[in-house]
Amino acid sequence: MNYHWNWGIFFEPNPMGTGNYLDMLLSGLVLTLKTALLAWVIALIFGSLIGVMRTLPSKGAYWFGFCWVEFFRNMPLLVQLFLWFFVLPELLPKAAGLWLKQLPNAPFWTAAIGIGFFMSARVAVQLQAGIGSLPRGQKMAATALGLTTVQGYRYVLLPMAFRIILPPLTSEFLNTIKNTAVAITIGLVELTGQARSMQEFSFQVFEAFTAATLIYLLTNAIIVTGMRFLERYVAIPGYISGK
Amino acid sequence: MKHFRHIGLALVATFAVSQAGAEELTGTLKNIKDTGAITLGFRDSSIPFSYLDDNQKPVGFAMDICYKIVDAVKKELKLDKLEVKLNPVTSATRIPLMANGTIDLECGSTTNNAERQKQVAFTNTHFLTASRYVFKKSSGLKSIDDLKGKTVVSTAGTTNIKQLTEANVAKGLGANIIPAKDHAEAFLMVETDRAVAFVMDDILLASLVAGSKSPDDYVISKDAFSKPEPYGIMLRKDDAPFKKVVDAATAALYTSGEGQKIYDKWFTAKIPPKGLNLNTPISAELKNEFAKPSDSPIPDDYK
Repeated sequence: MNYHWNWGIFFEPNPMGTGNYLDMLLSGLVLTLKTALLAWVIALIFGSLIGVMRTLPSKGAYWFGFCWVEFFRNMPLLVQLFLWFFVLPELLPKAAGLWLKQLPNAPFWTAAIGIGFFMSARVAVQLQAGIGSLPRGQKMAATALGLTTVQGYRYVLLPMAFRIILPPLTSEFLNTIKNTAVAITIGLVELTGQARSMQEFSFQVFEAFTAATLIYLLTNAIIVTGMRFLERYVAIPGYISGK
Repeated sequence: MKHFRHIGLALVATFAVSQAGAEELTGTLKNIKDTGAITLGFRDSSIPFSYLDDNQKPVGFAMDICYKIVDAVKKELKLDKLEVKLNPVTSATRIPLMANGTIDLECGSTTNNAERQKQVAFTNTHFLTASRYVFKKSSGLKSIDDLKGKTVVSTAGTTNIKQLTEANVAKGLGANIIPAKDHAEAFLMVETDRAVAFVMDDILLASLVAGSKSPDDYVISKDAFSKPEPYGIMLRKDDAPFKKVVDAATAALYTSGEGQKIYDKWFTAKIPPKGLNLNTPISAELKNEFAKPSDSPIPDDYK
């Protein structure tokens, strides 16, 4: 291969005048983490609400949850972000649309909320499965103790269900981080975006993407390790994850 | 006896090979001779340099130049037949595909600059373009100073966004600069009023405007963020014999007046697939360059 390797490129000043190329990648990482964390908070809140709704006796709640999940789960994330960013403001009344378009950091908010909703559908399905996997007697026992439905979920069902689905939730969190890469399509220059900028400026393609790959792997390794500790900490002896 | 005949054949074959070897072909030329094929990298939407027409066939100004180079290579190697393979590239894949030998020439709109010459080589310049901005006529932005405090878009990873950032600091514009994924999306930002201006190579702006829903609504600025920068056909670095053939071919094309003819075909007449006319007559700088072809990456060399 006729390629001029230059691993020292990371310490050469970048053309934007914001330090060297490594600084550029790290600022991308910061944006990736900010977007992923906000998206994950949104995914957990909405995912939990919708997941619970799908297990309630109420038909209306079940159908609302069903529609939510199918809507957000069945469209490619790339298409969803494009819709929220470019199409939604055109459908609103002109003033509201203009306000939305001129919001500072619009790509960031759109990406975080869009990815959050997309992931919430996946969290909801997992929580529903977690609640569904509990023995039916648990719900009855909660009722027999005189707990209301809310109290039953709060003190009996959810603490168990969340512990059971913790390992798959870890993968979903990692997915959230990886999914932020899609946000370059709406102009969010996160880690992948910065790697692309770097290769366009310097033409050192392989170095740029090798670095991005390593940074993603390292970040995810840290998160997996952290989640393993959390799993062990909340494990219930005798249950699936608590050997 | 049979064995002897085999040995004889082998000897003849060896002789033939060493005869061919006497020309001492190396690098890309040797590859082309051995395989009987040359591979051109093309872009799918770099109008009018290299893009797909309605038959999904790559056409354009840079493609025409590349086919002239192919003819010259064929003549140089005295081949009766030279197969031309076409391989799509993007701005992200053009370097790896050039480095690993997938493509021999990149026929697109790649800026020739010193930074990139560390990685690849370029033949004589086929176009010069300066960094300007497009805006809606209704917003009436006359000069770069009118961009003060406004939202301006450019494409991520381009030299244009770099120049915009520098001007923003140097002139104290305080403009909000947002990066877009590609040119089409950046233009969409101006079309939907998300940004007031899009900073890009003026020729790309002209093609985006010509292809938009209402070309009359848009204006390209007189003010420029940069001197005109050269575009070149890209080839592998450190392959002097091949570069010599390619440089000779492009130089002959430009000085003969045929270069001007091909230019007019793509920039001042209707082009496929939709019959757009970019209405961009040849600039004085490019005319000079065609008279005295150069592969210099330095904008100041083109005056």
